Amino acid sequence: MDSDDDFMSAVSSEDDILPDDSDNDDLSGAEDFDFDDEPDPDLGMSKDIGRKRVAYDISFKVYQPADIQKQQDDLINEVNMILDISKEEAAILLRHFRWNKERLIEDYMDAPPQVLEAAGLAQEPTSLPRLEVKPGFVCDICCEEGPGLASFAIKCGHRYCVDCYRHYLSQKIKEEGEAARIQCPSDGCDLIVDARSLDLLVNPELKERYHELLNRTYVEDKDTLKWCPAPDCQNAIECGVKKKDLDKVVPTVSCLCAHRFCFGCILSDHQPAPCELVKKWLKKCADDSETANWISANTKECPKCNSTIEKNGGCNHMTCRKCKHEFCWMCMGLWSEHGTSWYSCNRFEEKSGTEARDAQAKSRVSLERYLHYYNRYANHEQSARLDKDIYTKTEKKMVQLQKESGMSWIEVQYLNSASQALQTCRQTLMWTYAFAFYLARNNLTEIFEDNQKDLEMAVEGLSEMFEKPVTELADPKLKVEIMDKTSYCNKRRIILLDDTAQNLADGRWTFNVELTGSAPTSGGPSNRR
Amino acid sequence: MASQKRIAKELADCTTHAPAGMSIALATDSDVHKWHVTLDGPAESIYSGGKFGLVVTLPPEYPFKAPVVTFATRIYHPNVTNDNVGSICLGLLKAENWKPASKLLSVLQAVRLLLVEPQPDDPLESRIADEYRRDRAEFDKNARAYVQRYAKGPVKFDGTNVGADAGAAGGSGKRSTG
Ligand SMILES: [Zn+2]
Ligand SMILES: [Zn+2]
Ligand SMILES: [Zn+2]
Ligand SMILES: [Zn+2]
Ligand SMILES: [Zn+2]
Ligand SMILES: [Zn+2]
Repeated sequence: MDSDDDFMSAVSSEDDILPDDSDNDDLSGAEDFDFDDEPDPDLGMSKDIGRKRVAYDISFKVYQPADIQKQQDDLINEVNMILDISKEEAAILLRHFRWNKERLIEDYMDAPPQVLEAAGLAQEPTSLPRLEVKPGFVCDICCEEGPGLASFAIKCGHRYCVDCYRHYLSQKIKEEGEAARIQCPSDGCDLIVDARSLDLLVNPELKERYHELLNRTYVEDKDTLKWCPAPDCQNAIECGVKKKDLDKVVPTVSCLCAHRFCFGCILSDHQPAPCELVKKWLKKCADDSETANWISANTKECPKCNSTIEKNGGCNHMTCRKCKHEFCWMCMGLWSEHGTSWYSCNRFEEKSGTEARDAQAKSRVSLERYLHYYNRYANHEQSARLDKDIYTKTEKKMVQLQKESGMSWIEVQYLNSASQALQTCRQTLMWTYAFAFYLARNNLTEIFEDNQKDLEMAVEGLSEMFEKPVTELADPKLKVEIMDKTSYCNKRRIILLDDTAQNLADGRWTFNVELTGSAPTSGGPSNRR
Repeated sequence: MASQKRIAKELADCTTHAPAGMSIALATDSDVHKWHVTLDGPAESIYSGGKFGLVVTLPPEYPFKAPVVTFATRIYHPNVTNDNVGSICLGLLKAENWKPASKLLSVLQAVRLLLVEPQPDDPLESRIADEYRRDRAEFDKNARAYVQRYAKGPVKFDGTNVGADAGAAGGSGKRSTG
């Protein structure tokens, strides 16, 4: 799943709160995220008086670069005052202790020399770093010597010429992305080059990069902080959900840049499936990519006349141009049977045991089962992509529509909302199929599939309206229908996610695979070696 | 070029203070960035009696970038790839450990030491590392067979005593990064 979320405008779809008219009567009011001082690690099961968030809602905060800088500065100043050491040393110590201020102060009070040494700080009193010209100096790196050769050394006294020192630092910063742990260039010396020494030696451009990298270590060192993975986004998210919680909650967070991602594994929002299942599923799909390839093809044959039909919109309701046969792109079944109580396109019907007695038959059934879910997963992924293309076209349509109908820009925004709802709901639907693949057959699963079916039907309905030509879109009646359908889709999605998250938190799901309970995180840049 | 002076000095140091059983020469007189090193299998090691060729390549950014050292002679060893490339896994040469003030003399000493004390916990050939840990007799036998087969007679650096087939005696183990 690529993060095709850039289309999302400031109006994000993060109004995931059940509207007042919902059937869950105690859910009410639009409540934004909890912007308290500390992220409270409650897993969305809070029972706040007067308001109840949906079960998958988690608390998090978004920090912009200036916030991140300030947090570090505050900590450095605090340690600088309490321990009576320079700010440079305070910064090195804090980084050494992965920004755990309490532990640093405690350990330092206990045994300052040991702490300083472990952090790569010598114990001599601080003197300002400066370049020096020493008589008889020979640079051990380039072997140059001569009168007037400027040299530099940090506290350990390992002295090198300025050119070599600069070259070394620039390589570490620029090529290796190193900052907090750049050691003295001497073989076997692990003293860290502090920020003040660095500022003295390198040019402004490198200096800026260096401090940027230092900021990164602050975020990377803290378990409660993660970078927003959206390209070019500099924000970080703070969230109290721990690794061990990931079998109980899917911590979807939403950045100020509108990118929605999972705090647990950094992938794009994959609700309702927990991280570990997502990992398993993606691995399975990668392993079985051959079988999967033909499915995600954009063309299929009409089940009636066999003429080739190309899918060019997100909608799964296909009409053969040649014979006018109407069918479902996913199951290739009659469309007329969809949207009725007979609808079971989303459900995999397990054949009775008699058929699957021998190993070969069993493996065929398990392949069929996988294909059923993969088919639908891939289809929604593809549809979301196609819906996005449609949206770019729709933007033009919106301009056209304004001209034709006399509607204002604000008045045509409903198409924008509809498009976003389609994207978000399809992304959810896509993961419901990965989730369902790992669900054991029981009552709870039936309810889940009913919710899935309701959402899917709503989405297909909206998708179909959305693809209407501009001339029809101008009809005020259709506008109202689209708006209603949009909010209905959003509501169905919330109901499904709320229900799934609640059961996940309560540990009520039965999976057909073993969950270890601690899904290893993927991604998350780290310079730690 | 700034690195010329440094390399010349190191070449002089290495030739005058060469580690036991090593001799060092430039691959061609015109290029100080490629060295040919001949190493006698250390007497205290299983490789005793063999003669091994090492190729030391200094990148243009040397000494800011680590040198690359490979075996020109096939060797049965957990930390050397069992192929005709002969890559070595040496902590000192990893980008994060290399320092511009690190010296080639210590690199050569480290390679020699690796023959005396293989590091099976940081292997390039996990199968050979496994064998080294679990069945030393079998490992010793295979290592000696390699010495007999590849490391006798004059050392060649032209790729003629690394063996043509990758799956020679002992087979090629599954490689892991190290
Ligand atoms: Zn120098
Ligand atoms: Zn030093
Ligand atoms: Zn962002
Ligand atoms: Zn996740
Ligand atoms: Zn047809
Ligand atoms: Zn269908």
